[in-house]
Amino acid sequence: MDIDIFSVKPVILWTDIMIWLLVISASAFLLMLRQNPEARAQWRQVFSSRLGMVTFVIILSYIALALVDSLHFRKALPPVEGQNSSTVYYSNTVHSVLDLALGEMGELKERSYSAPLSLKSFTKENMIDASGEPYRDYPDLQHAGSHLNDPADYNTDLLLQSATGMGKGLIVGLILCTLLKMSTRRSTFPWGAAMATILVIAMVLGWLIHMGNLYHVLGTDRAGNDALYASIKGIRTGVLIGTLATLIMMPIAITLGIFAGYFRGWVDDVVQYLYTTLSSIPGILLIAAAILQFQVFIDLNPGYFEVGLEKADARFLGLCFILGITSWAGLCRLLRAETLKISQLPYVQAAHAFGVSHIRVISRHILPNVMHIILITFVLDFSGLILAEAVLSYIGVGVDSTMPSWGNMINLARSELSQDPVVWWNLIGAFFFMFTLVLSANLFSDLVNDAFNPKNRQERAV
Amino acid sequence: MNRNSSKKQTQKSAQAPVLSVRNLTVCVNNHQQTHILKKVSFDLKHGEVFALVGESGSGKSVTSLAMMRLLSDALHILDGEVIFENNDLFCATEQEMTAVRGNRVAMIFQEALTSLNPVQKIGTQIDETLRLHSDLNNKDRIKRIIELLEEVGLPNPETRIDWYPHQLSGGQQQRVMIAMALACEPDVLIADEPTTALDVTIQKQVLDLIRGLAQSRQLAVLLITHDMGVVRQTAQRVGVMYQGEIIEENSCEEFFRNPQKKYSRRLIASLPDHNHFQNSSDGTALEPLLSVENLKVHFPQRKGILQRIHDWTRAVDGISLSIGRGETLALVGESGCGKTTTGRAILNLDRLTSGRITFAGETINTLSHRAMQPLRRRIQVIFQDPYSSMNPRMTVLRIIEEGMISLKLGLTPEQREERVIALLKRVHLEPEHRHRYPHEFSGGQRQRISIARALAVNPELIVCDEPTSALDVSTRAEVLKLLQELQQDLGVSYLFITHDLSIIPQLAHRVAVMKDGKIVETGATKKVLKEPHHSYTQELLNAVPHARI
Repeated sequence: MDIDIFSVKPVILWTDIMIWLLVISASAFLLMLRQNPEARAQWRQVFSSRLGMVTFVIILSYIALALVDSLHFRKALPPVEGQNSSTVYYSNTVHSVLDLALGEMGELKERSYSAPLSLKSFTKENMIDASGEPYRDYPDLQHAGSHLNDPADYNTDLLLQSATGMGKGLIVGLILCTLLKMSTRRSTFPWGAAMATILVIAMVLGWLIHMGNLYHVLGTDRAGNDALYASIKGIRTGVLIGTLATLIMMPIAITLGIFAGYFRGWVDDVVQYLYTTLSSIPGILLIAAAILQFQVFIDLNPGYFEVGLEKADARFLGLCFILGITSWAGLCRLLRAETLKISQLPYVQAAHAFGVSHIRVISRHILPNVMHIILITFVLDFSGLILAEAVLSYIGVGVDSTMPSWGNMINLARSELSQDPVVWWNLIGAFFFMFTLVLSANLFSDLVNDAFNPKNRQERAV
Repeated sequence: MNRNSSKKQTQKSAQAPVLSVRNLTVCVNNHQQTHILKKVSFDLKHGEVFALVGESGSGKSVTSLAMMRLLSDALHILDGEVIFENNDLFCATEQEMTAVRGNRVAMIFQEALTSLNPVQKIGTQIDETLRLHSDLNNKDRIKRIIELLEEVGLPNPETRIDWYPHQLSGGQQQRVMIAMALACEPDVLIADEPTTALDVTIQKQVLDLIRGLAQSRQLAVLLITHDMGVVRQTAQRVGVMYQGEIIEENSCEEFFRNPQKKYSRRLIASLPDHNHFQNSSDGTALEPLLSVENLKVHFPQRKGILQRIHDWTRAVDGISLSIGRGETLALVGESGCGKTTTGRAILNLDRLTSGRITFAGETINTLSHRAMQPLRRRIQVIFQDPYSSMNPRMTVLRIIEEGMISLKLGLTPEQREERVIALLKRVHLEPEHRHRYPHEFSGGQRQRISIARALAVNPELIVCDEPTSALDVSTRAEVLKLLQELQQDLGVSYLFITHDLSIIPQLAHRVAVMKDGKIVETGATKKVLKEPHHSYTQELLNAVPHARI
């Protein structure tokens, strides 16, 4: 995919803005945390275990892919005859920077199903041989293995290209490791584990990208789209839904929870009334209703959206919102209880005796002391929301069907699993990518929980 | 009761120890060098109370847990033996141990409420042990439970058998715990700080009960305590524990008459002197800094769906008191009498039901949050629990300077830091401590930081809400001394809220005795303590354990 950097038009999606803002604020937050020695000691505990390092590197690489996939642009179309040369028309398909890295992987379309790394189609078709006789056989794929002169070279080529792909990945990985090594010469963290993970990820990615441009590593779906490409593009959806929905939920839960616990009285009554009402409505029902209404709004107002992806993005943002709004009750309840307890502690009473203002008491005495709950909930909810997206897409109220997501892939795989012979690769592709992310997020959140939960800390002290 | 007669027969062997601990050594796992206990040896004999005394962290509780093999996983028994009826308990199987624990050797703990199951009737809970360890039928078991409750002095045991733990007072709960421990007729009773959470009057009753039971049942009692007064009152023999070692062991009388070790002498000397009183005027000559008139604080009790107020809890019910400049008024009473609520009302943290609080000529209970601000720097507070009175996420510097910032003393950050350093020196801490976090300090040090925090804004009155009750005896004496020093140097007044009569003589100029939200007696310390008029004051004074003869 060759493009001229000056002939593109950037497309700024709402979710892109939010995720980049999030990255900036998260880095600022981390810089701030560095100044608190206690928090630093706790994070040190998380990262001093090999498991913590490995899972963190995996999560980080997912996030990096999602971020690279969040820089969108439209390419300029080549001028057609009779066109005014001063105006430029842009393609209707939106690309991201990740697409550049993936090369032609997303553009190699077949006619229908094909198995992973196969040269032939999965279904037989009627064809006519050289002598004009019709016969029925598996046709060759248009793109996969098109670089081969002779299909007999298939096996040797597979090995050779695998080695090349992994070699490329290894070189990139080694460069990254050298940089890491140079910047962390004097520290006691298990950097070895981190480097090993980086090397493994770099090799796997190198292999996937290199092979993905020559073959269909994970096969193709019914419409002939590359399953590997769809899985990789699904990373952005998964990571974004995990972070954005939690991010929308957090401010609601934190403000309401702390206010209810701190001021008590009628504030508490109102907040409790809100969350008991909300949690007595079935979540799925609320989400389905909200999403369908939102879809109606999008369909009635096509003027707001320039390209199809913007529509899908608006629906995605709506989904994040409604997921956030339906899931704050749990954290709110936890924070309310904890605040009730903390605001009766002598140090808060002492602050009152010093005439410290309410806002200052909340921000300096209460918020820092419930931070561990917020953090633990954030990491735990992250993986839960990724899974929720898959479930919602499966029942048809998730992200837009044009948007690449693991939920959509699983939804399509529903019918594929019931046919014979089974088409398994679409499901496996989505499953593998989702499983790795959710597993590392869960393992990481366990470690965070161990380090930050005061109860665990007490037990360790005994 | 035929059990008693059989006990009598074994009395001739009473001088032989029931249980002896020999060279018990316990270390922390993975640190074989860190010994928590070092060669601890002692004997428990029939009908004798053996007291193990020491400050917190000296290894008293570890000793009792190690004897019963109930240590947490982090600790490890390195060496030693516990001989009970000619068997070494450390060689017994876990199954044999279960037969010993609870059955032959019973334990009671400090917190009676948390040791009892809140959702079971007390009768059922005692019944449980009886059913496990005896073959009595239902009727006999109930009879036995009533007998036991009677023995531990619980009134109306026939009806109380169906009560739940929360319906009983703290002392009654501890009695139920003792009844449970006695249910299986044990030979040894281990009591781990059984009265620390109780008020003085109830403490006396419980200790008398334990002492009486040791006599009547020929029990061997191991009493673990940090309170020398309790030891003096209850024990026949004493072992002083210091850093995991028993440094001195003697009969109680001999020990108090002639302590051998320097540390033991310090422990006894740290007990407040009851005959040395603060010189005080009669209290009226001083110009009052704070005066409280007919203060009432009532909390509503709500009931029903509509939360209608159907009654009031009269926490403070019409008290009047006054404190002069540079004077200390001790407000004494048992838990729940409204002392702390009075303190909170003076700090304007609780809303008054009626009454008037005047500070330096200004009525403060009607002031708004904002108008109160200038007065906040003149009235400060020190809390009971040194572990929760400071935000664990702030450095000492931030904690101490918080008041200076919020009360707008108008100092630059450098001046504030200088002041913090001066204050830390004033309370005998190092200036370098300002960059540390509260959890790095011991209880006594934390209480000093609390004092420094209160002093930071130059207050004229400090409300001290039980500032020493969570501290060990020796640290308690140091903190009290510091408070007195500060009073002499800075002329601050104290409202000293406490349940502990023993510390009052050397500290307070005047005393007000409080009961059920009312002040029953007030006057100069010497007068109130030497010639108490009200029967409640007399009862309180009698209950205070005295270490001196």
